[in-house]
Amino acid sequence: MNMILVAIGGFFGAMARFYVGNKLVPTVKSGFPAGTFFVNITGSFLLGLLTGTVASTTTSLLIGIGFLGSYTTFSTFKVEIIRQLADKKSKEALLYMISSYFGGIALAFIGFVIGKAV
Amino acid sequence: MNYLSVGIGGMAGSVLRYLISLYTINLWSGGFPLGTFIANMCGCFLLGLLTGVNENKEIIPKYIMLGVGTGMIGSLTTFSTFSVETFKLYETASIFYAGVYVFLSAGLGLLLAWSGFYLGKKDSGKATVNQ
Repeated sequence: MNMILVAIGGFFGAMARFYVGNKLVPTVKSGFPAGTFFVNITGSFLLGLLTGTVASTTTSLLIGIGFLGSYTTFSTFKVEIIRQLADKKSKEALLYMISSYFGGIALAFIGFVIGKAV
Repeated sequence: MNYLSVGIGGMAGSVLRYLISLYTINLWSGGFPLGTFIANMCGCFLLGLLTGVNENKEIIPKYIMLGVGTGMIGSLTTFSTFSVETFKLYETASIFYAGVYVFLSAGLGLLLAWSGFYLGKKDSGKATVNQ
């Protein structure tokens, strides 16, 4: 049962990430991978929020591990950095890394604090 | 069709990540998020490899790249859990452990994605020459 919940969440999470990357926030001309950045930052905030509210097991499996886990990605993030470095865009790569790590962790924390308060 | 292949891949990737976390939860008592770490590192290497193979010539068809790359490997790895685990480590252990987790994930992830990419690119180059 647990695995089914994770699978359903993962199914929609991956499609949502694909949709955001393709349609909603396409990579801007300067080469900044805005789509992956957007999903990782918003997903971190939402998972922080969920963790703060002490969600039920069903919710954390379906939404936390399944949906938000799949909605965000680490592998694409790393491969995009490799791409930037291969294109000799080391400044952009550094900006992408720092903004993702700082933004993601900070927003997860802010989400957690808000989730605990409500 | 593209969305469906991403979704099905996402299903497989997220279940795989969940299983890795279940099987590794007792391997480390120190609270280090080993499951997410392993899933993220494997995914970095595999996605690097796939991307490298397709770098010079489209050897892997698009729907497989979407299903396996974007869907499965994309979902096997996660950034949201990584972010939450980092500040949890800061709260329960120390800023040192949180820092180790971030630097290890960042550094090793980059190295593995790079290794996969160049390995894939090299091998696909050979395949093209041999044809």
